[in-house]
Amino acid sequence: MASMRDIKRRRSSIQGTQQITKAMKLVSTVKLQRAKANAERSKIYFNCMYETVRNILSRVGHIDHPYLVPGDSAKKAVIVLTSNRGLAGGYNSNVVKLITRHETWKKEDLEIYALGNKGRDALARNGYEIKGSYPDIMEEPAYADAMVLSKQLLASFENGEIGEIYLAYTSFKNTVVHEPKLLKLLPVEQETVEAEAPKAEAIMNFEPEDVDALAMIIPKYITSLIYGAMMEAIASENGARMQAMDSATSNAEEMISDLSLKYNRARQGSITQELTEIIAGAEALG
Amino acid sequence: MADNQNFHLRVITPDRVFYEGDVDMVELNTTEGEIGVLPGHIPLTVIVKPGILVITEKDGEKEAALHAGFAEILPEGVTILAEIIEWPEEIDGQRAEAAMNRAKERLASKTPETDVARAETALLRAMARIEVLK
Repeated sequence: MASMRDIKRRRSSIQGTQQITKAMKLVSTVKLQRAKANAERSKIYFNCMYETVRNILSRVGHIDHPYLVPGDSAKKAVIVLTSNRGLAGGYNSNVVKLITRHETWKKEDLEIYALGNKGRDALARNGYEIKGSYPDIMEEPAYADAMVLSKQLLASFENGEIGEIYLAYTSFKNTVVHEPKLLKLLPVEQETVEAEAPKAEAIMNFEPEDVDALAMIIPKYITSLIYGAMMEAIASENGARMQAMDSATSNAEEMISDLSLKYNRARQGSITQELTEIIAGAEALG
Repeated sequence: MADNQNFHLRVITPDRVFYEGDVDMVELNTTEGEIGVLPGHIPLTVIVKPGILVITEKDGEKEAALHAGFAEILPEGVTILAEIIEWPEEIDGQRAEAAMNRAKERLASKTPETDVARAETALLRAMARIEVLK
């Protein structure tokens, strides 16, 4: 049996850890509230954007716009949104698994654009090509960042350097449910966009012509998708961290009560032993 | 005809709802030229060009510098999805002035490497900012 001193030391060290996890939980709760509000605000914009794009696509039908057909290159660009810091449970590894465990993707065909250090490190370790790394963006994502990124990717798509663009992120359903998601950005899949029956509404006119309008609106659509994903990823990250820290705190609580019990038992044991010794000594003298 | 009809304007940016309310008229700059939209307009989607957004309310006008985005016009209202838009009080006049001069310089001393389209957009943007401040 461990000595009383050892148990005491162990207990106080766990208490220290518990204080840290408790504080981290509080911090991520506050951050989660803010990130959630941001994500909800950006959703309004995204929904309007989605409506418009769907509207245009249902009108123009199947045309051979470069944004709607896959490029010739076999290369796929994947934007991977993870966090810069750990201690968020399975948050980061779930996103990475979307890529490493993908059934048909080959490692050589992928170009990773990593937003967040954790994803970059994990994928680099697995031998993926990291084309770009932007850890700063995940600290304070701004719409301008999404604009720069989508412009860069669209340029390489137009040059034929990459054939498809994907987005791997964690979608934020609610505070406790976050779902890792792989989303195809380009080419825009008409089927998925058209899946819902178009509402009966007045015929929309376009100025400039609808095909030109499409060329201008799709980049904005992609940007809004990336931005929305950033917002959801941040909210999910804080949600995941909050959960991880919550269970760490309650685990620590359990360990502390277990150790307290052991400590009290050891204390009681040592008192009993001392008493037995004294009594035995007194008897021997008598 | 516009008297009793509610004409609803919504200006949405990625971060916030910039403006929402009933208005009499909306004016904005598009790739096809400046347009003014009154209630009962035919459905139309236009692409925004840097310029001034003028919102005419019942009791006065409001102006904002609208830089990028697109607008969906319907008979009963207008929805502007603005990537970048600012109220006059959010604009840094000196910075806009500096940006305008920079863009002008770039256009004046043109070399084959100059990205003319980008310089022109920058110039339009700075001019819109300065115009709104006046």
